[in-house]
Amino acid sequence: MSAVVDSHAHDHGHHGPAKGFTRWLYTTNHKDIGSMYLWFSFIMFLVGGSMALVIRAELFEPGMQIVDPNFFNQMTTMHGLIMVFGAVMPAFVGLANWLIPIMVGAPDMALPRMNNWSFWILPFAFGLLLSTLFMEGGAPNFGWTFYAPLSTTYAPPSVTFFILAVHMMGISSIMGAINVIATILNMRAPGMTLMKMPLFVWTWLITAFLLIAVMPVLAGAVTMMLMDIHFGTAFFDAAGGGDPVLFQHIFWFFGHPEVYIMILPAFGVASQIIPTFSRKPLFGYPSMVYATASIAILSFIVWAHHMFTVGLPLAAQLFFMYATMLIAVPTGVKVFNWVATMFRGSLTFETPMLFAIAFVILFTIGGFSGLMLSIAPVDFQYHDTYFVVAHFHYVLVPGAIFSIFAAAYYWLPKWTGYMYDELLGKAHFWLSFIGLNLTFFPMHFVGLAGMPRRIPDYALQFADFNQIASMGAFLFGTTQLLFLFIVIKCIRGGKKASAQVWEGADGLEWTLPSPAPYHTFSEPPTVK
Amino acid sequence: MLSRRHLMALALPCLTAPTSVLADWEVNMTPGVTDVSQAVFDLHMIIFWICVVIGVVVFGVMFYSIFAHRKSKGAVPAQFHESTTVEVIWTIIPFAILIGMAIPATGTLIKMYDTSDADIEILITGYQWKWKYEYLNEKVSFFSNMSTTQEQIYNFDEKGEHYLLEVDEPVVIPVGKKVKFLVTAADVIHSWWVPALAVKRDAIPGTVNESWTRVNEPGIYRGQCAELCGKDHAFMPVVVKAVSENEYQEWVLAKQELARQEFELNNKEWTMEELMARGEQVYQRACVACHQANGLGLPPAFPALKDSPVALGPMEGHIDMILNGVKGTSMQAFADQLSEVDIAAVTTYERNAWGNNVGDMATPKMVAERKGQ
Amino acid sequence: MAAQQSYYVPEQSKWPIIASIGLFLTLLGLGKVLIANSAGADPSFGWWMFGIGFVIMVYMLFGWFGNVAQESMAGLYSAQMDRSFRWGMSWFIFSEIMFFAAFFGALFYARFLAVPWLAGEGDGASNVLLWPEFQSAWPLLTNPDPSLYPGPKEVISPWQIPLLNTMLLLASSVTITIAHHAIKVDNRPKVIKWLAATIALGAIFMGFQIYEYIHAYRDLDLTLASGIYGTTFFMLTGFHGAHVTLGAIILFVILMRYRRGHFSGKEHFGFEAAAWYWHFVDVVWVCLFVFVYIM
Repeated sequence: MSAVVDSHAHDHGHHGPAKGFTRWLYTTNHKDIGSMYLWFSFIMFLVGGSMALVIRAELFEPGMQIVDPNFFNQMTTMHGLIMVFGAVMPAFVGLANWLIPIMVGAPDMALPRMNNWSFWILPFAFGLLLSTLFMEGGAPNFGWTFYAPLSTTYAPPSVTFFILAVHMMGISSIMGAINVIATILNMRAPGMTLMKMPLFVWTWLITAFLLIAVMPVLAGAVTMMLMDIHFGTAFFDAAGGGDPVLFQHIFWFFGHPEVYIMILPAFGVASQIIPTFSRKPLFGYPSMVYATASIAILSFIVWAHHMFTVGLPLAAQLFFMYATMLIAVPTGVKVFNWVATMFRGSLTFETPMLFAIAFVILFTIGGFSGLMLSIAPVDFQYHDTYFVVAHFHYVLVPGAIFSIFAAAYYWLPKWTGYMYDELLGKAHFWLSFIGLNLTFFPMHFVGLAGMPRRIPDYALQFADFNQIASMGAFLFGTTQLLFLFIVIKCIRGGKKASAQVWEGADGLEWTLPSPAPYHTFSEPPTVK
Repeated sequence: MLSRRHLMALALPCLTAPTSVLADWEVNMTPGVTDVSQAVFDLHMIIFWICVVIGVVVFGVMFYSIFAHRKSKGAVPAQFHESTTVEVIWTIIPFAILIGMAIPATGTLIKMYDTSDADIEILITGYQWKWKYEYLNEKVSFFSNMSTTQEQIYNFDEKGEHYLLEVDEPVVIPVGKKVKFLVTAADVIHSWWVPALAVKRDAIPGTVNESWTRVNEPGIYRGQCAELCGKDHAFMPVVVKAVSENEYQEWVLAKQELARQEFELNNKEWTMEELMARGEQVYQRACVACHQANGLGLPPAFPALKDSPVALGPMEGHIDMILNGVKGTSMQAFADQLSEVDIAAVTTYERNAWGNNVGDMATPKMVAERKGQ
Repeated sequence: MAAQQSYYVPEQSKWPIIASIGLFLTLLGLGKVLIANSAGADPSFGWWMFGIGFVIMVYMLFGWFGNVAQESMAGLYSAQMDRSFRWGMSWFIFSEIMFFAAFFGALFYARFLAVPWLAGEGDGASNVLLWPEFQSAWPLLTNPDPSLYPGPKEVISPWQIPLLNTMLLLASSVTITIAHHAIKVDNRPKVIKWLAATIALGAIFMGFQIYEYIHAYRDLDLTLASGIYGTTFFMLTGFHGAHVTLGAIILFVILMRYRRGHFSGKEHFGFEAAAWYWHFVDVVWVCLFVFVYIM
């Protein structure tokens, strides 16, 4: 431990990263940790994506061809868990790590060592989760929502490790979120008032709050499962006075805020990118902040809309229907604001902007199907069909994932110091765009026509659309290797990026040179 | 069917490899055959069109900007970035639209929840992976298993028209009568769903959910389990046969008579060959999903029966296992699922098939005795 | 924003990765033990792994917090750093509150919804068709299926040991507040005395809890497996007990550090964090006393 504080000079010495692999193991640097998060999430994205391709290959035509039904269930389960907890969440935490300190003018995250621990739990947690694939009885096969008693009494032995892996992810997420909140509340540069913060920072502040509020509830849910499995408790068994539906209430109390945890930072990313490439300030900044907060608050009182078919009393059904419909209002406000930002701007369409525009359009389509799903009597027909699968993939793939791509292209020059290859970036966008729509749009049709989700084999009338979806999935999946190539190419060199990078970019991070130095804002900047 | 054509237009870019003709493509929800299902369908379409209109307006403005306000056309950015009036307007208008949606939705939901004054009550129990139907007043009860063969599923045989959506015994209801479904489960959560009736209710072990229907047109309506329930979740279809009142009454009488005959079989003297033949049928229906046709099972969740200590051990233990199942595993208690003859037959079969060679034979009487224990 | 001093960004640290390895081994070992026990196999390998992981965790905690204490003593921490710690601790306690909320939610759901429904409230079909014998009661002594979940003979009366325990914990809240006031004016003997008293009260509380658990298991047939009453009772009080134990250990460490002169009247966030945690544990107990024992 050197006494850093005493000598500003030393601090400004811009001592670079340590040499060797211990740089990554021991690092306390938010940029290193952010990069590790992003790489980790990309690896998980490929792993979870491969599982999706196994699913789509089996569903290419009716009949069982490639895997057995039990393994198919393991694939759907692991695909969901890995994409949610391993790909989307860590990617946003990675972006938060990289960007929040340089956006608010802080020297680093508030608690840098804990930051490192938040990350380094993840490889162990996912190693444990993935190892269940090789255990006797197979990996978890009860869906990423793991409803009891399929996930308790009737689960394979590996469920115990699944539970412990979820605990580890929870610890990581909570510590990560605490760090984000402490950074935002305590580390802003002088003059950076709350209502001057970039929207990405605002959305992450609210996301972090959601994480701290609901990850412990998930921990509680899996703990109850563990007790039911190994210690004879009766949380989810009616024979002992419990109720399997209790599990769903607790799970979705976590689960619904969780889906906003995956989309609010995406809102933030879009709100950074669209103004830049419209060369016009974000329309309605305060209303964007209030809308985000409203969505977060509403997310706590809508959980049972995932459970319209479990036999809730009529009054509960109505309450959750109305509350859910209300979410459309703040979400609509956000979309209108983005459109108003573009309106009468001076638009250009670099790769980040393409992803951001596709995000707005396709996320809105997902929002529309979400509104349809909120109507309880109609949800009896939609529930647990491919319509739901289409809905949440429309909000998560072009929603969360596209915004992550947009963010990556937008800030890559700042991270690496080089411009990425614009032509390849556009190719990546269009192939992804076509692939994802081919994959997920037909799912609306088969869902409405009556195809349940999580089935390895289906009736003949669903065959054509499933074939299209499978081909789209392979197109989308292989396209992502192009992204890997683009990123590596950009790291290795290319056109030098200026500090400003984008003509219309505004914010503290663009005042730093590209690539951003290893230590930034050791001396806080002053924000006017 | 304007709506359908509209959706089709969206799907047109996807025309690459499909084999069947366009007209067969099902792209929308069924309006179904009940008043409720029609109301649900109407709601679905109303909301769909509202979304389409909003989408056209919002994306219209957006695409206008994309074409008209691009820098390459020399667009100079305006600097407006705030208007409380506008924000208030686009908060209030969606809110009003939502109220417009909520009113009919509430009405339909209240209708769906009114399970009073039913003419017929059917208790539906989900098992891994089949349905049991009990007509509470008529004292008729049976299991309904998928009748699609493993050969079709594993692509050895041509797939039939109703591949995966066909059962050995459909649930039969009369048209025009209010039928109440009491839905529960014996093991994990299932969900009983028939799209044409717009009835989907989760079957939850330990609790009973209620729903109802009144079918307007005779016909056969197919659905599936809609909640992941383990390995064969895809293979537990629901088939409802709606018939005229008279036909229904005849069916009830015939079922009751059949039950009497089944019961008589318990007193018959059975030969080894007869039991083995019947046992194989029972095995195919009740056991094959887990223990597999070759008796090797899918360990560790579903143990092998070939050379298993239970199948080669004492007869009593073997019968008890089938009667009572194993708590906390997928091995169900078959005491209430299979008749005494069937249990005797399947026990005999398991002891003498796939090279298991105990050579003894269970009788319905032995099963009845073990049941009494 | 307050005047910005340079914020202390620590150099590289080995502790996080050690913590990850320790946590991983602890949980992996625990999982192996549980699975081996369920399968009737030998759990000793799992216990070894658990033990090694646990030792690593303890080593890590000493090392990591030791670092923090050293840095703090060396005066590296600014007021801003202090605020980061405060935010961190506050939100950590909030996450703990949400963890308990899940279990309280389960209690309320079981008690006010699940049990009455099983006993025929609402449409009543579950009761008539599945559990015709079952009647709603709380404490629930007869479960829907008594052969699977034999109910307790009796439950613990709130007005004996639990009431005493309530007083003990409330008293401990007072004692730690006295210690807090003392630390602000650097009255060292007083701090040590009242901090020790707080720890003693916590220890006595735990002693009574253990006694009560033994009594419940041995005499009342009230166990984790005696249906939803036992389930919620032991899970809520059990997690609370674990937190009291942890809180007492933290206070003990703080006491040791104080004796080594680690805190001053101006800078004693370590003490305050422990005190916050202790108050949180107290408040949870009051909720338990009302909702688990009395109602």
